[in-house]
This record gives sequence, structure tokens and C-alpha cells, in this order.
Amino acid sequence: MRTRLGPPAPSPARGSAQHGGLERRARPGEAAIKAFLLSCAAFSIFTTAGIVFILGKESLNFFSQVSLVDFLTGAAWQPAIGHFGILPLASATFVTSLIAMAVALPFGLMVAVYLSEYAPWGLQQFLKPTLEILAGIPTVVYGYFALTTVTPALRGIIGAGRLEVYNMLSAGLVMGVLILPLIASMCEDALSAVPRSLREAAYAMGATKLEVTAQVVVPAAFSGLAAAFILGLSRAVGETMIVALAAGSGPNLTLNPLKSAETMTGHIVRISGGDISYNSIDYSSLFAIAGTLFLLTMGLNILSRAIVGRRREVYE
Amino acid sequence: MNGVYDDRLAGRKAKASRYGVAFLCATLLSVLFLAMLVFSIVDQSFGYVLLTYEVPPASIARDGVGVDAMDAPALVATLREGLTRRRFAALDEAEPLASRKPEALRAIIASEILKEEPAKTWTLSQSVFARSDIFAFRDREFPEGVLRFRAWLNPKLLSNPQSASALDSGLRGAAIGSLATILLTLLIAFPIGVAAAVWLEEYAADNALNRFIRLNIYNLAGVPSIIYGMLGLAVFVRALEPLTSGAIFRAAQGEAASGRTILSASLTLALLVLPVIIINAQEALRAVPGTLRQAGLALGATKWQTIWAHVLPASADRILTGTVLAISRALGETAPLVVVGASTFLTLDPVSPFSRFTTLPIQIYQWTSRPQGEFKNLAAAAILALLALLMTLNATAIILRNRFSARRRAGT
Amino acid sequence: MSKDSAAAWPHDRNRPTFTPAPGGGLELAPSALDVRNLTIAYADGHVGVRDLSLELRRNSVTAIIGPSGCGKSTALRAFNRMNELIPGTTTSGKVLFHGIDIYDPAVDAVQVRKRIGMVFQKPNPFPKSIYENIAWGARLNGWTGDMDELVESSLKQAALWDEVKDKLKRSAYALSGGQQQRLCIARALALTPEILLMDEPTSALDPLSTAKIEALLDGLKAKYTIIIVTHNMQQAGRVSDMTAFLLTGDLVEYAPTRQLFVTPRDERTERYISGRFG
Repeated sequence: MRTRLGPPAPSPARGSAQHGGLERRARPGEAAIKAFLLSCAAFSIFTTAGIVFILGKESLNFFSQVSLVDFLTGAAWQPAIGHFGILPLASATFVTSLIAMAVALPFGLMVAVYLSEYAPWGLQQFLKPTLEILAGIPTVVYGYFALTTVTPALRGIIGAGRLEVYNMLSAGLVMGVLILPLIASMCEDALSAVPRSLREAAYAMGATKLEVTAQVVVPAAFSGLAAAFILGLSRAVGETMIVALAAGSGPNLTLNPLKSAETMTGHIVRISGGDISYNSIDYSSLFAIAGTLFLLTMGLNILSRAIVGRRREVYE
Repeated sequence: MNGVYDDRLAGRKAKASRYGVAFLCATLLSVLFLAMLVFSIVDQSFGYVLLTYEVPPASIARDGVGVDAMDAPALVATLREGLTRRRFAALDEAEPLASRKPEALRAIIASEILKEEPAKTWTLSQSVFARSDIFAFRDREFPEGVLRFRAWLNPKLLSNPQSASALDSGLRGAAIGSLATILLTLLIAFPIGVAAAVWLEEYAADNALNRFIRLNIYNLAGVPSIIYGMLGLAVFVRALEPLTSGAIFRAAQGEAASGRTILSASLTLALLVLPVIIINAQEALRAVPGTLRQAGLALGATKWQTIWAHVLPASADRILTGTVLAISRALGETAPLVVVGASTFLTLDPVSPFSRFTTLPIQIYQWTSRPQGEFKNLAAAAILALLALLMTLNATAIILRNRFSARRRAGT
Repeated sequence: MSKDSAAAWPHDRNRPTFTPAPGGGLELAPSALDVRNLTIAYADGHVGVRDLSLELRRNSVTAIIGPSGCGKSTALRAFNRMNELIPGTTTSGKVLFHGIDIYDPAVDAVQVRKRIGMVFQKPNPFPKSIYENIAWGARLNGWTGDMDELVESSLKQAALWDEVKDKLKRSAYALSGGQQQRLCIARALALTPEILLMDEPTSALDPLSTAKIEALLDGLKAKYTIIIVTHNMQQAGRVSDMTAFLLTGDLVEYAPTRQLFVTPRDERTERYISGRFG
């Protein structure tokens, strides 16, 4: 997805006149349309405000019963006995995201480099849509694939005794593939944005293709690449269905990817999918988790945009 | 000054081509992954099923004719004998048995008289390459069992409602739910999204408010979908329950009025896809050359007249394409709808926006999480159906785009 | 692009710097580049240069002029195989460099570009420091001498040293356009090419910077063969010894500059230099 802000379209100055049938005319229709358009645009602010308000309100409710310190440092998430420590959920989110990034980052960059610098035109025309298809597949399908194909295959390799049926490794790997097209296409955008003249300058000095790519193009595109990685990480942290299906259903404080554990998103889906009473602490605890998730992803997104914004100043 | 150039070019070139191969391999690997994913899903959608029966099928043969070879009257007679009178009457009342197709009658016999159960399923590749092992397994473990080759993706999958048995379960309710949800989402999000984009691209001055709106939209596009689910749960399902359950319209369906309806799901998805639609529409508007706007204004049209008559038509193809892409993303969304409260078991078709709902991805999720193997096959078949739907949508987008650009080339 | 880098010029390795004449007892080729029947077509079928033949003189400045779109840049980029970076470009004919066709399958494009340097229309320094802009190519090509010395002498040749000697670690982007272009010239000279191709090097610069670069060319031709593409006829007249006039891909006239401008033999040349079209 391209996310670019541009200056508003140039609007030619409207001629203003005073007399002779050229008087300024009131156009209530135009004004009403303008007001409607603005309210639609401002609607997004209400969405954000809604998210912040809802997450904040229920989280406050939650934190009136559980202290923030216990929430952030508790090593057990067992609502039944009143333990609300986010560490087990956060650690699973951390491990799965880390595995996903370990797949998506090198592969995404390599795919991007191949597409932007190496691939002949015909192959590019085939590969780009393929990656788009990969990016368009619903995540629940990836979850299915992780559970029914990747996990059995990994158990065959690692050993069924060592790798649990639900495990973070399989979920993380498949999540990496899910994020790969996103990272690849953002990286490709960043690489393509490097002016051709820079490549030509390097080639004209007797550089090989690899030297041009690795020593000129990639450094010049660095901030764009970094932004892509951060956005990919944010996507991994917020990804839900793969971990809900393949990583396990039960909080487990472990960093061992062979074990099953439940991520923040996985927990929200499992609990809210069941029957949950609206006025319980279980219910508000979900909002506390969601709030944490929101702050985390929002922080990453803002960081990513800040980096891209800085890049724009480099050229021109 | 002294110095020479020793460029070691052979080594550098070798290194360059080695890396080139590595980059190619990485790319091919991702293509390979897509192929594996498709293969694994197709593989699980077809294959042998080992069926076991509480009542041996041979025991209900009539005059030496088995169930498979009976004609409709014989099947009805078998049902009359095998079922309780009340059950038979109930089925007959729902739809006269005599007028039902033989296939449907056989399905009732299998589930209600013979108590057909899948004991084990195999994938397509196993069914082809390990056929003898499968039959040996049947002979060893279930000598009474019947092996059938089954296409899990079949017309019944689309027409049957949900059922407790994997053999009869279908996607009817989920498919209707998905389409209804998406349609409603589109109706809500498309006008708002395009209007917002028009404001931002055509009207908005570069002031703090508009900058904030823009920034906000980009940030919303990056919010995980599950957060939208939480928002939907708290706002649409709970706070606006009288509206979303249809209570204020006296349109609530069935038993308890609840906010867990198609309307709530659509509103949630609409919020989710809005930023994407806005951003795509903005790009579409930005691609319209400024000269077109100036031409319209120079003819004395007002700003809105120019936008409506020239700018929007000129960007319609891109806007539509972007919207279809956003909508296909919504069609595949699962997590927010689980949170909003999709029904886990729904045999009735949704009839209004105030109906309880389930959708294709939700159905896939629920079937995948079942421990029984046959539901995994069912989930695979459902995935194929979902992917087919998504591809149809995307193909529509491409056709729309081509038609629009063809018209523009021809006429203008 | 040829994968085989074995075939190159026999005297290439360990060639002493700043002595562009080939050593090792090799016979001096009569011309720096001998272009024979060169035809270049783009992917869309458009022919950029048609059947171009010309011999480019050693240690002189040759200008290629013509109206925009006449194929002069395309021809120039063919002299160090830059055209093949544009997918779908096809080249036929020969470009002989020391008697070897640079389009021979056994010849390596990277080798060619190292020996035939290029300066582009718009200044395109790397987003690195001034020092690194020069050192990068030298390091890449295995420079064994003292890097500081090389940077200094290259910048001096490009008449930029005095302006930047105190800020070598600064970003090249901090320089003015004219300075950036001279940095690009210095960067190319650091590799001691035999030929320097310049593709409208002053078209993006102000008159003052243009004058500086023009003054530079006269000094450089003692050591290098310079081929400059320009759409500015006055510039061609000021700086070049020989001038080639191209029109829609065809070579119309190639003669000593003075002769071409004063007594053009072709009517089209006369119309062009008198400003009646182009």
C-alpha cells in the first residue's frame, strides 16, 4: 500500500468581481456539499477518538482493580485466580514476531533487491502479481496452513517429541511469509525511488551490479528500508489469526519457540470468541491488552513514518 | 604519486553473480511457498474418507438392492421403516420427501438411520500414491468400514447449512453472511471514503486540522484489525445495541435481541477499510491532471460541478479498483468479527441486517480449530471457496478498470 | 552483458596512473575510438542512432551536436556500454577501442566503463562525503596507492581542490550544482580513464559554473580524450577540436570544428548552425 501525502491539488484562483452581474453569489448547495465532505474526512478522527476512549475507559476500569505494576511485571496470566501479568502474552508476541521478522526481513529485502535491480522485465511482470496474491490471501488461510502443513512438516524434521502440536515456531515462520510481500514491496518502492542517475554514476565507474546495489542503492534507500522493517514488525505484533490457530491457546511464559504459548492477540480472540460477561474483569482485561497492543503498534507506525519523512529531505 | 589499479574483476564479478543467484533463490522461494500453500489446500480438499456405520448398510438393502442403487420411492420406504414416525412426519412436513432428490434422501438415510461417521480421512496425494496402504488400514482397523473418495469441495458444501456432521455441513449461511456483510460494509464505507478523499485532495487547505486528519488516517491504516474488533464490540455490540440488534425497529430476529448482528459486523469492517479506501481514492484523485480541473473551472463550472462532472469520472477506475481491493481485504478478515461476536453455530440463514451471522473466514477458523481431522478437510474446501470468491472480486476489479480506461480512450 | 572477463586489454593491469598512453610496446591505435556502423534501437523499436561511423581523435575534444532527440546522448552512451542498462536496447556495429570491439561478447562492460569514464547531464554525486565520492570508485577498482593523494590530485585536476579542501568530510550534497559537477568530473578522473564521455555536462548549470568547466576541458585534453555532447553550439565552438553533427539518428557531418562552423559542407548543417531549425 502506498501511503504518501501530497500537497492539495492546485485550485485556480476564482475571479472575484463586484458589479455588472459579476457579484459574488451565495451557493448554499456548494457549501452544504463542502460541509458534508469535511464531516466525512473528520469521521476518521472520531474513529481514533473512539478507539482511544473505549480502550482507555475499559483499561481504567481494569487498572482500578489490578495495579499497573502487577500488569506489566506479573509472570502469570490466570484470570480465574486473579493473576493478570501480561508477560506471558507479551513474551509469546515477542517470540513469534521475532521469528517472523527473521524470515521476512532478509527474504523481503532480497526479493526487493532482485525485483528492483536484477529481474528482467518479463519476470518482474510475473513476480510482482504473485507477491500481491501472496499478500492478498486472508490470514486465516495462513493459519490453516501453519497448523495443518507447516507444523507436521517441522515435527518431521525436529522430532514430534520436541516440537509441540501448537508452537510458536511454526506460527512465527508462516507469519514471516505473510509479512514478506509487505516488506518486499515497501523495500522495492524505496529502492526504486533512488534516482537512476546515481546507479548510472556507479556503473560508469566500473562497479559491478552487486557493488552498485549494495554500496550505492541500498545505503541511499536506507531510511525507506528501515521504515519498511518497522512497519512489518508492527504488522507482526498485531497479527492475529495465524497465532490464534497455530501458536497455542493458553498463556505460557517461555521464550522457547518449540513450545506452545498464547500471544496478546491470540488471547483476545480466544476469550472474546467465547461467551464473556460484559461486566467482568475478564472483559476489561481484554481492553487492557488491546490498549497495550495499540500503543505498541502506534508507536512503531509513527516511528516508521518519521523515518520516511526524513528520507524525503535527502533528495531535492 | 604512485599507485596502480588492481581491480580483481574476475572475483568481483563472480561474487556479483553468486549474490544474484541468492536473490533469485529468495524470490523463487516465496513463489514456491505460494505454490505449496495452494497445493496443500487442494490436497486436503479431496481424498479418501473411511466411513463407519452403526447400522451396516447391507442390513437395510431391499430385495438385494443396496441404498446406492435404490430409486426414490424405495428410499422413501426405507426412511419410513427406519425412522420414528414423528421424525419421518417432521421431515416430510419440512419438504415432502416424495418430491426430494434421491441424493438428498440418501444423505438422510446415511446420517439418521445408518449413523454414518467419518473415522479417518486422507489427502489427495495419499489417496493417489498410498492407496494400498489406505485399504490395508481399513482392512486392519475397520473391516466393516467403507472407503469413499470424496471431493470436500462439492455443490452440497455451498448449498447446505451448517451441521454437526462434517459430511453434511455446508457454507450456505457463512456465504450469505459474508456477502451480506461485505455489501453493507461497501454501502457504508464507499461514500464516506470517497467523500473524505475528495475533501482532502480537492478542498482541504494546508492547515493544522487537515494535516491532523491526514496523519490520523495513515495511523488508522496501521492499527491492527483486532483493535477495530474491540471498538466494534464496545460501541456497536454493546453501546448501540438497541440500534444494531434492530430492537428500536422492532426487527430483532428470534430469541434474545443482541448486538451481535450483521449490522455490527459491517459497521466494524467499514471502520476498518475506511482508511484504505480513503488513501486509495486520494491517490486516484491525485492522478487526475490539474489541467482537467482548470478546464472545468474555466468554463464557469463551480468547484463541485467540476469535481462531479470531470474529476470523479476521470478517476473512477482507480477509485473502484482501490475499493475492490479494500473490500477483498475485508472479506478475508476474521479476527475483528470473532471479537464482535460471530455465531459459532448457525443453521438459519441470515435474513436481515439484524440477523446473527457467521462468515466464510469465521467458518474456516472454527472448522480448523476443531480437533477432528475431517473438519480440517472441510476447512480446506471452504478456503478454496473463499479464494475463488476473492479471485472473482479481483478479476472484477481488473475488468472494471479495463472497461473504464477503454471508454476513456474511445470517447472522453 | 558478458560473463567472461578474461579478454581485456593486455596492458590493463598495473597500468601506471595518469599516463593515458598505452605502454608495454603496444602499437598506438590511430584513434581513441573507432566507431563502425553503429546502430542502436530501443525496446519500442525506435532507432536512436543509425549506421554511425566515425573515428574519434586521441587527446582532443570532440563535440557531438544536434537538435534534441537526434540520438547524440544515445551515441555517447554507446561508447561505454551504458545503453545496455536500459532493458530492451539493441546495439549492432562495432566500437573499436585499441583495436578491440567493446561489444565483443568476450569483452566485459565493467572493464569498458572503468577505462572510458562518464560525466552526466545532471550532477549526480553519491550521497556520501566529498572524499568518499572519489575514494569509492578507486577502492572498488583496487587502488593500491595513497588514497588521500589520489583524492587531492583528482580534485586539483577538476579545479575543485581549493574550494573543498577544508570540508572533504562534508556531504557532497552540500556543494553547489557547479561544484557537484566538477566533483563528478574529479570522480571520473580518479580512475584515470583514457576517454572521458560528457553528456551535456553544463546544461543544468549556471553560466559561471559552465565557464569554469569549459576552461577545465582545455587543460584536460593533454591527458584524456574527451567526447562531449552538447545542444549548445557556442559551447561546441568554444571547447572542441572536432565536431560531429547528428540529425534524427544520422551522422550528417563530421569535421574540424572551425571548418564545420565556418564552411559546412552539408546544407542541413548550415541550416542548423545558422539557427533555422532545431
